[in-house]
Amino acid sequence: MSEWTLFEVFVRSKHGLNHKHVGSVHAADTDMALENARDLYTRRSEGVSLWIVPSNMITASATDEKEALFDPSDDKVYRHASFYKLPDEVGHM
Amino acid sequence: MYAQMVETGVKQVKALDDMSPEERAFQEKVDAEIKIEPKNWMPDAYRKTLIRQVSQHAHSEIVGMLPEGNWVTRAPTFKRKLQLMAKIQDEAGHGLYLYSAMETLGADRDEEVEKLHSGRAKYSSIFNYPTLNWADMGAVGWLVDGAAIVNQVVLQRTSYGPYSRAMIRICKEESFHQRQGYEMLLTMMQQGNDAQKAMVQDAINRLWWPALMMFGPSDADSPNSAQSMAWKIKRHTNDELRQRFIDQTVPQLEILGCSAPDPDLKWNAERGHYDFGEIQWGEFFDVIKGNGPCNRERLETRRNAISDGTWVRQAAVAHANKKKQRAAA
Ligand SMILES: [Fe+2]
Ligand SMILES: [Fe+2]
Repeated sequence: MSEWTLFEVFVRSKHGLNHKHVGSVHAADTDMALENARDLYTRRSEGVSLWIVPSNMITASATDEKEALFDPSDDKVYRHASFYKLPDEVGHM
Repeated sequence: MYAQMVETGVKQVKALDDMSPEERAFQEKVDAEIKIEPKNWMPDAYRKTLIRQVSQHAHSEIVGMLPEGNWVTRAPTFKRKLQLMAKIQDEAGHGLYLYSAMETLGADRDEEVEKLHSGRAKYSSIFNYPTLNWADMGAVGWLVDGAAIVNQVVLQRTSYGPYSRAMIRICKEESFHQRQGYEMLLTMMQQGNDAQKAMVQDAINRLWWPALMMFGPSDADSPNSAQSMAWKIKRHTNDELRQRFIDQTVPQLEILGCSAPDPDLKWNAERGHYDFGEIQWGEFFDVIKGNGPCNRERLETRRNAISDGTWVRQAAVAHANKKKQRAAA
């Protein structure tokens, strides 16, 4: 099977939701990958739409660099609505 | 269980203070129930042990299709045939989810499958027993999948993220397997004739002890348990899970109106558990070593499946290449 490509599989479970990563399949090409993904990940109507992406096309951030990458956004509390205190009589905003 | 005896290659579990800073950070994450993901640092022995465990689990799902495949063409009704095929297809899916999880550890699927085919990798001992009558399909679903569920439910909390997620998917599908098996036996016991009822009891008599062996050797004979538990790739001991399975299965056995082939099986009010007889560990180790009733036949069937399918895989690649060329022209 090494001559086949590894594809990552994303399923949209319902209309209106995002596609979500569910796993991977091996296949000779994209058509076959779609069929294999259908058989493997949607045997019980788990989805209304499938995406398949060759695994080697995905660039991932290293989980061990989580701090360097994501910490800078932690100290920007003013980006959250709850940072702004308004008097009660303003009501819901 | 589906991975009954997994070598860790570790003689003694290290204390936090004896670990390198990386290893200590890893162990503290595991202790805090934070999942380990593919790109995280992990000790080499953890990676290797997990590859062994997850591949054994995957091989068991795949080889596990064979005893059931035996009855597809001989199912008594079209409904039972459809149910059996759906269950077998699920098991293929389970094998594939697990091979995918294994690949995230850097293992190569072809290489691991080759280890199975050459007899270097293990799979669950249970699938080396023959399925001799139709009631075996019910007993396999009820007892074998039932035992698998006890093990897999706790593995949903395993420390390795992709393995845990595969287990969650698998557990969602397993209850169909167990219920269809039990319902089949109930139907035979409640609506069947004497010969059909005798088939049910015969299936239970043959599969009862092998099902109990699925949980692996007794704790006293499980030298790798301590490290696997520290890594949280094993969450309960073999004996704990075996007891849990027996306790939940005996009442179901009584509802069926059948008995277990164990004269020592009885409720112990003091322990709050069922007592049970001595397991024939000699038989278990024999089967694990490759000398069960069907070991050779199972591996030969797998090897033939791969070699007979060579032309299909080659044709698929040729077809894909032709389509690519046509699209480029
Ligand atoms: Fe399974
Ligand atoms: Fe199953």
